[in-house]
Amino acid sequence: MNAPLLELKAVQTHIGAYHILHGVDFAVPEGEVTMLLGRNGAGKTTTLRTIMGLWQASAGEVRFRGQAIQAQRTPDIASQGIAYVPENMGIFTDLTVKENIVLAARNAQHEGDLDRARLDWIFGLFPALQKFWLYPAGKLSGGQKQMLAVARAICEPRALILIDEPSKGLAPSIIQNLVSAFRELKRQKTTILLVEQNFMMAKALGDQVAVMDNGRVVHRGAMAELVENESLQQRLLGLSLGAHQ
Amino acid sequence: MLDRLLSHDRPRSRWLALALIVVVLGLAVAPFAFPGAKALSVAAKVLVFILLVASFDLLLGYTGIVSFAHTMFFGIGAYGVAIASTAMGPGFAALLVGTLGALAVSLGLSLVIGLFSLRVKAIFYAMITLAVATAFQTLASQLSDFTGGEDGLTFKNPEVFNPSFEPFEAPFLGVSVDGKIFAYYLLFVAVALLFLALLRIVNSPFGRVLQAIRENDFRAEAIGFRTVVYRTWSNVLSAAFATLSGVLLAIWLRYVGPDTTLSFEIMLDILLIVVIGGMGTMYGAVVGAALFVLAQNYLQDLLKLGATALEGVPLLPHVISPDRWLLWLGVLFVLSVYHFPTGVVGRLRAMALRFENNDSNQRRPS
Amino acid sequence: MNTAVAAAPELRQIPKSSFDTKPLWLLAVVVLGAIPAIGSGSTWLTLTVAGLAMGFIVFIIASGLTLVFGLMDVLNFGHGVFIALGAFVATSVMGGMAGFSAQGGWQSLVSIFCAMLVAMAVAGAVGLAFERLIVRPVYGLHLKQILITMGGMIVGEEIIKMIWGPLQIALPLPDALRGSYLIGDASIEKYRLIASAIGALVFGALVWTLNRTKIGLLIRAGVQDREMVESLGYRIQRLFIGVFVAGSALAGLGGVMWGLYQQNVSPQIGAQVNVLIFIVIIIGGLGSTLGCFIGALLVGLMANYAGFLAPKVALFSNIALMVGVLLWRPQGLYPVTNR
Repeated sequence: MNAPLLELKAVQTHIGAYHILHGVDFAVPEGEVTMLLGRNGAGKTTTLRTIMGLWQASAGEVRFRGQAIQAQRTPDIASQGIAYVPENMGIFTDLTVKENIVLAARNAQHEGDLDRARLDWIFGLFPALQKFWLYPAGKLSGGQKQMLAVARAICEPRALILIDEPSKGLAPSIIQNLVSAFRELKRQKTTILLVEQNFMMAKALGDQVAVMDNGRVVHRGAMAELVENESLQQRLLGLSLGAHQ
Repeated sequence: MLDRLLSHDRPRSRWLALALIVVVLGLAVAPFAFPGAKALSVAAKVLVFILLVASFDLLLGYTGIVSFAHTMFFGIGAYGVAIASTAMGPGFAALLVGTLGALAVSLGLSLVIGLFSLRVKAIFYAMITLAVATAFQTLASQLSDFTGGEDGLTFKNPEVFNPSFEPFEAPFLGVSVDGKIFAYYLLFVAVALLFLALLRIVNSPFGRVLQAIRENDFRAEAIGFRTVVYRTWSNVLSAAFATLSGVLLAIWLRYVGPDTTLSFEIMLDILLIVVIGGMGTMYGAVVGAALFVLAQNYLQDLLKLGATALEGVPLLPHVISPDRWLLWLGVLFVLSVYHFPTGVVGRLRAMALRFENNDSNQRRPS
Repeated sequence: MNTAVAAAPELRQIPKSSFDTKPLWLLAVVVLGAIPAIGSGSTWLTLTVAGLAMGFIVFIIASGLTLVFGLMDVLNFGHGVFIALGAFVATSVMGGMAGFSAQGGWQSLVSIFCAMLVAMAVAGAVGLAFERLIVRPVYGLHLKQILITMGGMIVGEEIIKMIWGPLQIALPLPDALRGSYLIGDASIEKYRLIASAIGALVFGALVWTLNRTKIGLLIRAGVQDREMVESLGYRIQRLFIGVFVAGSALAGLGGVMWGLYQQNVSPQIGAQVNVLIFIVIIIGGLGSTLGCFIGALLVGLMANYAGFLAPKVALFSNIALMVGVLLWRPQGLYPVTNR
């Protein structure tokens, strides 16, 4: 396991009167894909949002490259090279696909400034985006929107990508597309923290895994270890990874 | 017994209680303690504004709704009496018809406005009421045959309330008693009764639901209260009390015009008073109205003294000039909204509470 | 979705984006419908130009307000103070340049131009202070926003009275810009043409900025999903301050033009125009620039047509228009999605 790029120590988050995170501890090693698993309501999305600064941690530390970022504002956290693909994709529906990408490319003032090679790579992964380049993003299908959301996260080199349930509501074939894209990213040694309920994806992509329950991380370790241990799977997730293809 | 009268909504602060007693007593004996036409008209204005602002507090402070149409209902009440007295000739019959007619119109309008808030968000609502109130003001000046236009309507009261009515030969307690004094006490009794009624309303289960809606309307709806119904009722009641305060103003002034009741300045005055006095307290209206009207009439003289004293200094006289009193009030208002949202009353109560806590802390064995 | 279609998602047909033209038809209906109502073609032309000029001016003022609300959910009930400020600054500038502008047409235009620039600068600067002192403390608290921005307007009006006095001041047009052109029977005031031209320019500039620049992109995205824009690394706070200042400057510009349109200014000018701009942005849809534009034109035209046809109900015509539009589209002509 490489050195941790992102570390969470005893992170607690309150939303109004609700205490969601009760002390989250885990680390995301650099250059690897870490899966964040857990039942609905375990606190996975809250964890991602806390890392991004969208919700303020009420206690604990979030360290990125050794620097504490839990008190920083979202734009500052994002400028350090952290990309976030939220559960609802966060697509700007009134803007075209092109405009969505230009916006996500912080160094680009307009289309001409975009890294052509990178753009071609994205088009290779997600051909639909090239076809519908000038269409309002709101008109895309669910799967295409998800592709756009991921494309936004990779249109410029990033240090860390946080992705929240990208396969939710998508057909298996679209999910295949996403898996290929993430495999490609993995090959390029991009650090990814991926929240997923789809265990096929988790198994295919994850190097490390952290399992959450009731606002805490209840298991940390290598993905390979979890895959081999059926009784551990049962205990943590209530079913075995093998049962879901 | 006092508790029952105040619907168990006690001042909860010694200073506040004192202030309230001073105001009430002062108003009660005003014709005799502060002789002179100006003092009496100031006292009457305080009375009218207490009721007007208290009715607005029901809407803003307790239900959390900003409506700029309040002066419209104020005007409807005043015009109702004026038009009836002009058309039917002065007398109690005219007063009755005017009042009931005005209440009916206010009821209808507030119902429509309240139900309209179904379709639009709170911000929309505020803007729409602003537009409606402005339109109404223009309407009042346009329909001159009916409303007297820009010049307004002058009319007479029933005999007993007219200044010409002088039942006693000799002065009573140093003041010659005339119809104006009777009119004043009509205002006093009416405002007292109506204010107590408002206290009863906001301290009832209905009032508590309003406050729940103000805090979190989503939750209130989830618990099972139909917020639309409660909001509409709040609208209607608030409008009704405002209408009645308009009726009282008309009886006092025996004149109604677009500028005495419908102007935007009055709406701003109401806002200033309710925020500085204390939103959601009712007593804030009493304290605030007294302070405001007194300041409006007497502070200017004080400021004039200050301005003449600072004659030589550059710029300062302009700033302290009596015409600029609204500037300072505006600054106070802005500070209040942000720093003292509970206003004077809230501050006094908070102080009292801290006092109590300190007391009880000291009494506890160490 | 079956496998055959899913296997080649790029072949899925999506409808060409259709632009919602219905509100434009409404505008056309009002403009054309007025012809039979008014009867005379030349009067109609005069009124229409007047209505368009007024509409352009109102648009300039209201555009800042609607963007500020769309972007940051802040409703500035004190927007009127910038209008008044702009108008009064214009009286000082044009008064000072009266000798210069008396020399001729070009000089008059230059003096108006100067007045506009100074008014925009002053209004923008005051806007900066206003945002910092009055608006920023109450982000997200709608009730307090309404109250505190009103308070800001009261204070602002008083300060204006302090500097320029409480009375109405005349703001005469330079002689060279007075008068009208005659087209057939219709007389079209020179100033109204100038106002329309400036208004169209501002509209064009706004549309260009919103659609062709990165900042415009940020604003459009921010109106939809502020959180996501921040997650992409942009400090939307700074953007908002910029938009607020720009909106205030535009209101100042609008104040100058409104003052010249009426040929006098008073400290209450802000509160008076306030109601009108609220009607406009409600009709247009809070946050939508195009909606604001159409709404402003509709309001300007209605005010002039109704002013001619039935003067007593002129103000009502706008309220009726507002109610009518809301019954048709409760969120305004062009509601901003994702709100």
